[in-house]
Amino acid sequence: MTLRTSYAQDLTLARSRATIGWYALLLAVLIALPHVAGEFYVGEIAFVFIYAIAGVGLMLLTGYTGLVSLGHAAFLGIGAYGNAILLSKGVPFALSLPLAGLMAALAGVVIGIPTLRMSGLYLAIATLAFGTVVILVGEKWHSLTGGFDGFPVPTPTVLGLRIEAPEGVYYLALGVLVLVLLLAMNILRAPLGRAMVAIRDSEISAQSMGIHLAFYKTVAFAISAGITGLAGALFGHYVRHLAPDAFGILLSIQLVTIVFIGGLGSLHGAVFGAAFVAMLPQAIALVRDDLPFGIGRLPGLEPSLFGLILVLVIMFEPAGINGRWQKLKTWARNFPLHRRAAFRRQKSYAKSERLR
Amino acid sequence: MSGTFSARDLSMRFGGIRAVEGVTFDVQKGEVFSIIGPNGAGKTTIFNMISRIYTPSGGSLHFEGQDITRIAPHRIAGLGIARTFQNIELFSHATLLQNLLIGRHCHSHVGILSQLAFLPSVRRAEIEHRRRAEEVIEFLGLQRYRDQLIANLPYGVRKVVELGRALCTEPKLLLLDEPSSGLNVEETEEMGFWIQDIQKDLGITIIMVEHDMKLVSAVSDRVLALNQGRILSTGTSAEVQSDPEVIRAYIGGAPEPAKEDAA
Amino acid sequence: MGKRAGMDDLVRLLQLAVNGTAAGCIYGLVALGFVLIYKATEMVNFAQGELMMLGAFFAYTFVGLWGLNYWLGFGLAIAATAAFGYALDAVVLRRVIGQPQFAVVMLTLGLAFIFRAVAGAVWGYDAVGFTTPFTNKTANFGGGVVLGQDNVSIIIGTVILCLVLYLFFSRTRLGIAMQASSQNQLAAYYMGIPVRTVFSLIWAISAGVAAVAAVLLVPVQMIDVNMGLIGIKAFAAAVLGGFGSIPGALVGGIIVGIVEQLAGYYLPAGSMELTSNIVLLAVLIVWPQGLFGQVIRKRV
Repeated sequence: MTLRTSYAQDLTLARSRATIGWYALLLAVLIALPHVAGEFYVGEIAFVFIYAIAGVGLMLLTGYTGLVSLGHAAFLGIGAYGNAILLSKGVPFALSLPLAGLMAALAGVVIGIPTLRMSGLYLAIATLAFGTVVILVGEKWHSLTGGFDGFPVPTPTVLGLRIEAPEGVYYLALGVLVLVLLLAMNILRAPLGRAMVAIRDSEISAQSMGIHLAFYKTVAFAISAGITGLAGALFGHYVRHLAPDAFGILLSIQLVTIVFIGGLGSLHGAVFGAAFVAMLPQAIALVRDDLPFGIGRLPGLEPSLFGLILVLVIMFEPAGINGRWQKLKTWARNFPLHRRAAFRRQKSYAKSERLR
Repeated sequence: MSGTFSARDLSMRFGGIRAVEGVTFDVQKGEVFSIIGPNGAGKTTIFNMISRIYTPSGGSLHFEGQDITRIAPHRIAGLGIARTFQNIELFSHATLLQNLLIGRHCHSHVGILSQLAFLPSVRRAEIEHRRRAEEVIEFLGLQRYRDQLIANLPYGVRKVVELGRALCTEPKLLLLDEPSSGLNVEETEEMGFWIQDIQKDLGITIIMVEHDMKLVSAVSDRVLALNQGRILSTGTSAEVQSDPEVIRAYIGGAPEPAKEDAA
Repeated sequence: MGKRAGMDDLVRLLQLAVNGTAAGCIYGLVALGFVLIYKATEMVNFAQGELMMLGAFFAYTFVGLWGLNYWLGFGLAIAATAAFGYALDAVVLRRVIGQPQFAVVMLTLGLAFIFRAVAGAVWGYDAVGFTTPFTNKTANFGGGVVLGQDNVSIIIGTVILCLVLYLFFSRTRLGIAMQASSQNQLAAYYMGIPVRTVFSLIWAISAGVAAVAAVLLVPVQMIDVNMGLIGIKAFAAAVLGGFGSIPGALVGGIIVGIVEQLAGYYLPAGSMELTSNIVLLAVLIVWPQGLFGQVIRKRV
């Protein structure tokens, strides 16, 4: 803990020089990685980056504004198709990527505005329905999306780097992730971020503090959808061939799982959660053949493991991976003088959301 | 005109229930005006109408001569009306400092795009907000809790934080909904001192809903007694408490006889 | 000629209405499960459709595999699913009381995945079925109106079940205790009602209702691990009904069922799946609290 001597110090992005140093080192390692690691691992990590971008997008909405979306895969799909369609029409990549984000953001406004008056549960259901409708429309609108035949994603070249898996997508996704994280940190230290947190914790008093609920909820939806759309564009380059059913409920639930397993209300959590969710299938593939009783060959193994981990996290570590990480740090810092009580979960009571 | 408030023939119906009926009162600048009454008398309903959570079924509300009966709820803070809540409505997963800074929201005028880039103008505005928030922290003596999460603070401290958050909006009129509820005797007494300080040092007009008659007598300039949505009596604390109608309402309903003894 | 065609149209419309009502009864019964649990515990069980799927597989085991009598198998399936629902609450959901509503949504979504995988491992991924007394039989109502007994049995079964539930909740001590616990947990607790057990029993009833829906559905639909996805349509039904109202859930289910049938017949192919979602979105946009919902607002 460094002693602070001016208010401006609290507005810096990193708490201390040491923190900046660690992150710089991490970035350097990530930039050097493709030169050492094999193609398979580069591709896997690129996928983690893409999920992390989407995770940050959803984290801003669900983790910080408290608005739940079970249809975020639709925004990923809009970004992916938007980017690919623009590219195929000859729009340069430098324009098509931000435009894809913008399209998703507009879609976010379109779903954001009608859902403003809905409470948490109804919002979850409405976004679920919205996601389903977008996918069904994508399937039917054959002339635009190619329907079930799929849509091949053109491969552009940026500054001599061909945007294709694994290396091109790796660097691009890393760059976008860093930008998106900086953007999110800016939001969180500005009035906008505080308004979002206020809406999450108490709408009624946020309103009496002068926060225009409808406006900020719509902004949160737009930013979240826009970031997710960027992830979608990159996702398109990663998979190279788009099909509408890839962006269904299952992907939406995976995205929500990222923010939940990572830990709500933390950008670290979004990245941790993305790493976990993106790498789980590979981890399962690695041990699949060694599992006893042929469990590894059961077709439902992957989704059920997702389900099981989700259940266990919510039951035993509601703060997610990030919560565990913070506890570990506290424990290490105080070792051997840690107190067990410091980690004891506070007793919680059933919180009624009804007005009786 | 600054900080004056008036309600004219205010009424509120929920379905068939008349929660508030024909209530009229005026509050002068710099006054502490208390609303008392048994549970369900319609006190908080009046507050919810002033902060525009409810739209009155009838009557009008005026603040500094301006009709605010149908103004959008988020604009109330910008006009200079702030409030606290009966059961504390803080942002519990944010730090105390963040809570106070949210109170500065109505004074924040930087655009969304400049916030995304965190332009120097945003930084300057943030430092100014911080300075104001620190003034409130100092005024209420909250320094040692500054960076703690609200969820980890004791109840009594949270009550003060809520007061602080309201002060951060730089209000001209402050609505306090049961400032003493949940507090012990010492904390209630301390709350009384804060209220007097806010009135005397900051010159803020206060409307307070309160059950604790000792606190009401200590700080109020005038008191309004309410029963079943109607005004029973208005006057000084002593006048209202000796009004036979008021005594009958309390003993008849007798929700909290202990508080009666305190008076 | 014209008169004959008009008559045919009318019969077709009637058949669509009956098919829609039958499908809607199933949605309504699953929705009923959502509503019972939500009213009592403010939890939303996204695994309700999967409970129905398990109920269907239990019935298949008893009737299709073990060759038990249909009615006996029906009863056993209800009992088994209800016991499962009870255990689910007692072992898992009781532990997450006090967590935000959405955590419970995610939890039950996770449970749904697990149930589907376990069912796949136990019963396989191929669709199965068994013969019921109503399979492939028709009921002639005269005047050219011929309806499948399967659909008619769904409607009659739903009516009977609703009657039983109504009598249970209004006439029995346990039912009244359940209503009391739903309305005010704390007060019920002080009155000596064992609220936790009551909640587990409500989960058991919801699971039992899901099992009834499953067995009623058997004559018209094959059993497979993905049949729980019907839960999404049931959701639409519950939302239409306002999520807090039991008759509302049934009415909502029937509306969704009929709209779907009409859309499937009169609109281009493929619009059937869209309709329930669009109806749901439209209703939520116009009435954010559902058709029969009361305005819910936090008290300050």
